[in-house]
Amino acid sequence: MIPATLSRRRFLEISGTAGLGAALAGTVPAAMRARFGEPGFDAPGDEVVASVCEMCFWKCGIRVHKQDGVATKIEGNPAHPLSRGRLCPRGTGALGNLYDPDRLRVPLIREGERGEDRFREATWEEALDRVAEGLRGVIETHGPQAIAMLYHGAGGSFFKTLVKALGSANIAAPSYAQCRGPREAGFELTFGEGLGSPEPLDLANAKCVALIGSHLGENMHNTQVQDFAEGLSKGMRVITVDPRFSTAAGKSAWWLPIRPGTDMALLLGWANLLIQEGWYDRAFVEQHATGFDQLAAEVARYTPEAVFVETGIRPDVLRATARELAQAAPSALVHPGRHVTWYGDDSQRSRAIAIVNALLGNWGALGGFYLTSKSELKGFPGEPAAHPEAPAADRKEGQYVFANENVASGLRDATLTGEPYPIHAWLVYGSNLPNVLPDARKTYEAIQKLDFMVAIDILPAEICGWADVVLPECTYLERYDDLIAPFHREPFIALRQPVVEPLGDSKPGWWMAKELAKRLGVDAYFPWEDPRELIEERMRATGYDEAQVATLFAEGALRTEPAPLYFAPGEAYEWGTPSGKIELWSQQLADMGFDPVPVHRRPAQPGPGEFRLLFGRAPVHTFGRTTNNARLLQQFPENELWINRSVAQDLGLRNGQPVMVTNQDGATTGPIKVKATERIRHDCVYMVHGFGHTSKHLRRAFGVGANDAALVTRYEVDPLMGGTGMNVNFVTLEAVEG
Amino acid sequence: MAPRVERRFGMTVDQVRCVGCSACVLACADENGVPEGHTRRWVSEVVRGRFPELTAEVWSDCCQHCDNPPCVSSCPTGASHVEPRTGTTQVHKERCTGCKACVASCPYDARYVHPDGYIDKCTLCLHRLERGERTACEAICPTSAILVGDLDDPSSEISRAVRSRHAKQQKLDGGTRPRFFLLQ
Repeated sequence: MIPATLSRRRFLEISGTAGLGAALAGTVPAAMRARFGEPGFDAPGDEVVASVCEMCFWKCGIRVHKQDGVATKIEGNPAHPLSRGRLCPRGTGALGNLYDPDRLRVPLIREGERGEDRFREATWEEALDRVAEGLRGVIETHGPQAIAMLYHGAGGSFFKTLVKALGSANIAAPSYAQCRGPREAGFELTFGEGLGSPEPLDLANAKCVALIGSHLGENMHNTQVQDFAEGLSKGMRVITVDPRFSTAAGKSAWWLPIRPGTDMALLLGWANLLIQEGWYDRAFVEQHATGFDQLAAEVARYTPEAVFVETGIRPDVLRATARELAQAAPSALVHPGRHVTWYGDDSQRSRAIAIVNALLGNWGALGGFYLTSKSELKGFPGEPAAHPEAPAADRKEGQYVFANENVASGLRDATLTGEPYPIHAWLVYGSNLPNVLPDARKTYEAIQKLDFMVAIDILPAEICGWADVVLPECTYLERYDDLIAPFHREPFIALRQPVVEPLGDSKPGWWMAKELAKRLGVDAYFPWEDPRELIEERMRATGYDEAQVATLFAEGALRTEPAPLYFAPGEAYEWGTPSGKIELWSQQLADMGFDPVPVHRRPAQPGPGEFRLLFGRAPVHTFGRTTNNARLLQQFPENELWINRSVAQDLGLRNGQPVMVTNQDGATTGPIKVKATERIRHDCVYMVHGFGHTSKHLRRAFGVGANDAALVTRYEVDPLMGGTGMNVNFVTLEAVEG
Repeated sequence: MAPRVERRFGMTVDQVRCVGCSACVLACADENGVPEGHTRRWVSEVVRGRFPELTAEVWSDCCQHCDNPPCVSSCPTGASHVEPRTGTTQVHKERCTGCKACVASCPYDARYVHPDGYIDKCTLCLHRLERGERTACEAICPTSAILVGDLDDPSSEISRAVRSRHAKQQKLDGGTRPRFFLLQ
């Protein structure tokens, strides 16, 4: 049997299986210091282990050097298609996470009241027994569906298997409803498939790209930034639509400092111009799309002049940028973004982006959206698949019908309200919920209603302080995870394997899940002894030979034959929508009472003296996960509050002046230093997400900078898929001594 | 009076590609054992203009490995020197007394006092060049913005880049003749 490459064109994703294994090596405490040796200490002869990064969720290939059991440096893996030998600053500086002295080292059991953050140390035996007892109690009293799991990260796959095996479908990653979910829904509704990760954007070959709030270069998803730089070198024209002059704006032919919340008007204005001027790809639309006439009629009112009133973007600029996109088409694209939960109409805005792309005829085109494929990979032979009976509690009947993943905030709502049915236990894996879900007050309130909560984490993040039991996981550099095989332009299978021994008494997620499965009587779902067996048997079962398995372990990645990236001229294609066409006008949406073509509705605007709060990323940080990393902090020690310089002057705020930031509901964060700059509009302020930690156990991050999440007490729920739009909070500033 | 050298290694940073992410700074630190709180590389960003008419420049920067290095001529002990095979500027740390004359003379602020008492700076990863490898910063750079090579070899990639692109040098008025070029 020869493993195939599975083209996404015929194969929409099925979720992978995952298992667990017993008994890996014992835990010898590793030398707990960052290794700062002599120049050239990496002399040939270093032991090098190929693995996969998890400093963000792009999952690049890495090669980690070590000496005497201590990791000394990390470089990009040339054998891995997502890194191509190169690496972003977070992956490069990851030893600061591995050797963070604040890491969780032993299991903890709560001593004080919940949320009081008082714990005692415990053995694994006691801690795992306590977790099993807590979950068993909830299952016996309320049924298995009363357990919810909220997670982010690769090790979560083993706990998903556990929770499903117990009988609960209530598993959700906030990376959907709090991040990229609306984009997936918008593209599914239009093209019949979501984009996934990595996004299939042919940036290296594009001639013109529009970024709608995407700050590539500050967002450092490695392959995408590599391709962006390659495109720029080849003369790609960039149109950056952003209230802030981002790094990407600095490389752009056009910067459109749009009024926040009016991107929809701009997109529909572009759609209208493409249609009215006959600049759209008529052949592509005629062959592949449906609803063109209705679209044309609906967007006719978004004239350049009408769009100007909404967005502040001059009519001639709207026209010139639409023309640039059209002239470069099909090697032109409007970037779909990634964190797109902004205003609550986000899946409709994502649909507007999808529609403009469809008009550019760029799907399956060089410099547009390339076609993806993935390496075939079977599950562990004989591993049973669990199918929980009760539907997830993340939505009520008829709610969020276009959500293709569970809604994390919906599970919180169910915990709070008991609707559609009650949740009584949380298993939280690697997700710092108070800074992830909007309105942390609701999160705390929900936690107080629980019978039991366990947190599995690497660092003592805020969420750990609310748990009944905290289980310390080792980092990705100290453990196996299940195999990784995403849809991509170059299909591959990648391996995460341990480089060094786990710190302290921390343990891999697979081991914890398997131990819990034993205690809860579902160990049949983990029919392998250890993850190496899981990995090798999955490879063999799929038909890979021993040489290929050896390559995977030695090089960290195994490539398979790619499928074609682009359509042949005139190639027929069955789209995954109900009509089999690209749906410019959506019957599905009309049937459910939603706008079949996106409509711009101006969101509420800040009042006098108020600013809309915007937030984003710095290249060296991944949210709050890295803001305790000494190496990365040296490059970006604290966040600043960006404010227009003239406005700052009017308010009497000087550069570096510390301010407290308070929102419309009286929530406050800070102090944070003012960055008075020409690089932002007058009606909004901006800060990098992930700072302002309140966990005193994060000794470097505690109290440094401000926490934007603390100001997101208001949010707008996307009625299509449950996404939580967070850019709807208005703040005022107050100078403090400093 | 540049010292005679076999080759003239230099560096270019492509400002079209560089996004100022600092991966090079971090890779350099781990490669070369740079102590916490210090650095051999840094990222600079300059934004000009008034809202909304703005332009930006961003680049990764380091020792310019000058043809006429003031750090070498100012060094009283001979610790700062030009390495003859590569033409790079280096420090013999056992000869260095930490007097900081070189730190004061360097217009690029490329040097720091190592906690062990000597002056440290970019070596252009001499140990890697000797093995025929790229420098750590060049190897890691996600945007492939950094290029290191022999400027005396007209067929080298770096020579071709400097010839074919607008290549800007920094602080030329000190007569340092830097071998670090920003490609526009």
